[in-house]
Amino acid sequence: MLHILQNLDRRWIYLAMLVAVAGPVLAQKSFPEKPTKLVQDAFDYVERIPEGSNVLFSLDYAPSSDGELSPMTTTMVRHCCLKRHKMFFMTLWPDGLPLLQRNIQKIIETEFADLNLKEGEDYVNFGFNAGKEVVIIVMGTNIRKMFPTDINGKNLADIPLTANISNLSDMQLIVNISAGNPGMKEWVQYASSPLGIPLVVGSTAVQAPQAYPYYPSQMLGLLAAIKGAAEYEAALGNKYPKYQEQKYTEGIRRMAPQFWAHLLIIGLIVLGNGIYFAERVKGGPR
Amino acid sequence: MKRETLIWTILFVAGGLFLATRAVVSGHGFGKAYVKQEQIHPGSKTDLRKKTVDASPKEEDAELSLPRTVGLWLAAFFTLAIFSFLYRDNVFYKITEAVFVGVTAAYWMVVGVWETLVPKLLANLAPGFTRTWFMPDLKDEPPNYVYLVPLILGIMLLLRLAPKGGWIARWPLAFIVGTYAGLRLVSFLEADFVSQIRSTIVPLVAFTQTLAAQKPVFDLWVSLRNIGLVFGVLSCLTYFFFSVEHRGLVGRVARVGIWFLMITFGASFAFTVMGRIALFAARISFLFDDWLWLIDPTGKRPQGW
Repeated sequence: MLHILQNLDRRWIYLAMLVAVAGPVLAQKSFPEKPTKLVQDAFDYVERIPEGSNVLFSLDYAPSSDGELSPMTTTMVRHCCLKRHKMFFMTLWPDGLPLLQRNIQKIIETEFADLNLKEGEDYVNFGFNAGKEVVIIVMGTNIRKMFPTDINGKNLADIPLTANISNLSDMQLIVNISAGNPGMKEWVQYASSPLGIPLVVGSTAVQAPQAYPYYPSQMLGLLAAIKGAAEYEAALGNKYPKYQEQKYTEGIRRMAPQFWAHLLIIGLIVLGNGIYFAERVKGGPR
Repeated sequence: MKRETLIWTILFVAGGLFLATRAVVSGHGFGKAYVKQEQIHPGSKTDLRKKTVDASPKEEDAELSLPRTVGLWLAAFFTLAIFSFLYRDNVFYKITEAVFVGVTAAYWMVVGVWETLVPKLLANLAPGFTRTWFMPDLKDEPPNYVYLVPLILGIMLLLRLAPKGGWIARWPLAFIVGTYAGLRLVSFLEADFVSQIRSTIVPLVAFTQTLAAQKPVFDLWVSLRNIGLVFGVLSCLTYFFFSVEHRGLVGRVARVGIWFLMITFGASFAFTVMGRIALFAARISFLFDDWLWLIDPTGKRPQGW
């Protein structure tokens, strides 16, 4: 047995991982989630600011991180629609553009079609701008220098929603969904720290450990990876029971595969160490 | 027949049989994308332009979209082709990798032209021309010739590709490096140095005010957390302080610092695992939901499909 385990083909482990992830996806069972303070703080702030507040969404990620970050973007945009906040969308990543448009189409124009939210009055899409952190720095003093027009080429001065917006300080909240550079760190360094604008960050799992030190003094909430998205969905469901339905809880649905895959990994780590110690007992290579 | 060829053959035959059975037995098939036409500005009587958006087959005005259906099947094929690398390197993986690199490069180029060069450079240097040909809503303003500077710097940067012009590219590079160094220095000092020191100055004996008690009460957990935070920072700093030999008390504190660092690395690794599984689960969901129609968590298809 020990010999078989020592020489186990790694492809059996891949197969086990496939089963651990695919099984729960097929079964569509999920576990209850409880929001942690980092997520609850973000939720409470969106809930607390007056209806119609200006919220800037900077979706700084590409399709490669979409599976991880899309659920949190969706649920935060949904929450802002429920609160009738005015939304401004932008991205510092060129390949983030279609994701940004998809969220507007999927949530604002389809799911909340009955609210009849109008582009230019309730939300604006600035699109993409090259320049990384320089874009944030200039937006701190003058948004129009970086985005003279919206994504449709319409001048910001002619758009009712942006006519009176001059710089980032006009935003009551910045939501940055980030997968790397430019992203979370740049928004902390050039917007929340120097200008004191409330910032909520949603980050990939890889980036999350770098984000924790900024909470709570430099960011008021953090949605760390798919777990953060699931917790935000739970917070939204607690407040608005309609959003406990399965179709609104993509993040929560993704936590069941996480559970089984993590269990498998822990089992493999234990097994690997067991084999190592068994070898030592038998006097094998150390 | 070689063992690996046999495995591949079995996989392909089993996959093909499954798809064929599912297409025939289910009655409704699978892997089809539906769209509908929507007015770009709903309610407008003058702007009657329409756009095509994703639709559910449940909707009355939904129609089958052949291009999007092909796209869906290509996405499924490329997903499986990438996963096939886990078995071993193969031609499908190579094709997918090449397509991915090519599409990404082309996409970045198109976005660079239409989101940067046209609206940022051309619109400032030749606003009349840009308004006539590319951006009809552009404001009527005189040309801003300051934008000649980035244009010239950009051309100088491209000279890096010329056999004898490489040295010219050093000037714009020096400008970029200098500017970014200056910007980064100030921001790091403010956001990562001063602010982080400020965040570390916390009370070791913490009291919290509750609604029930009139006076602040001692909070054990917050106190322990703050002590852990301060001690963790100091011990890690001690580990990286090489001017004193790591022996005696300094050595022991540095050793604790290593433990803190190891726990941090462990947390980072665990987060990375979580991220990768999330991405894997997303692709599996795509295959089962959008492609094979085995699950329908968002209720986008008629019941029973």
